[in-house]
Amino acid sequence: MIRKPVDTGAPDRLYTVTGGRSHADDTFDLVTLVVSECEPAAGTQSEHVRILEICRHPTALVEISAELRLPITVVRILLGDLHATGRITVRHPRAAGSVAALPDTALLQEVLHGLRNL
Amino acid sequence: MGSATSELPARRTPLADAAETGLKIVVVGGFGVGKTTMVRSVSEIRPLNTEEVMTQAGVGIDETTGVQEKTTTTVAFDFGRISLTERMVLYLFGAPGQERFWFLWDRLFSGTLGAVVLVDTRRMDDSWYAIDRLEHHGTPFVVAVNRFDGGGRHSLDEIRQALALPEHVPMIDCDARVRSSVKHVLITLVDHLYDMALAQERTP
Repeated sequence: MIRKPVDTGAPDRLYTVTGGRSHADDTFDLVTLVVSECEPAAGTQSEHVRILEICRHPTALVEISAELRLPITVVRILLGDLHATGRITVRHPRAAGSVAALPDTALLQEVLHGLRNL
Repeated sequence: MGSATSELPARRTPLADAAETGLKIVVVGGFGVGKTTMVRSVSEIRPLNTEEVMTQAGVGIDETTGVQEKTTTTVAFDFGRISLTERMVLYLFGAPGQERFWFLWDRLFSGTLGAVVLVDTRRMDDSWYAIDRLEHHGTPFVVAVNRFDGGGRHSLDEIRQALALPEHVPMIDCDARVRSSVKHVLITLVDHLYDMALAQERTP
């Protein structure tokens, strides 16, 4: 049996973008905020260039995904590349953790305050 | 009131440079109930849209080709954004209620603060499944009844009974088109979370 290295629905394009990888780094949450730490170097893959440009200001993974029109999984793979080489830093959500865990009351109070001021 | 536009905005408004904490709230409900409208009402950006794709090895081998069958699940969802403070940003996700969506819940929405189940009284069956799944995942939620057309003369009590909703789950009327109404729904949810967290902190 031939095992394809990636199989994410629209194989051709996604295969090219990720260099054939399908295993994403799940430490990147949908709302992990990403910040560029450098300007794209010449010869950088175009999706990496786009991410570095978008993330000059903090940008959530999900916004990068919408902007690049790429599925979440693919964006996680691309972010993994950039993170491993120090080209981005990430700010993970405080509240993320186990599914059923409640955030602490101090955080929720801050959220309530923010919502009431809208 | 279907899916949000997926056209990119001309210029995306960036977050404050001090932004460090992203938070999630998910709005779930059946097709056409007003999830996207609700997200749009309070979002500071035009709602965006993206998708997650997941491939699962199917059961058994296709005898004719010898290739293992695979099932590809694609779930699309809309989202909006609310900057709560310079440091804290809340993302509001509008997510479909179908079965294939729940398959990806843990992967996408683990760590979510909580959920809003948006109910249309003309199609309450759609809400059943969402409520069942949220309880299964242990995600705190409130139920908001969208009265956008002034529709449905059922009282909240009647709806609570019809949904077999436990007393401790807050229920409110709302109009998903109205910003102040949606803001009130979100505050009701976070108030509920606060009460739960407080009770937990007081329990040694």
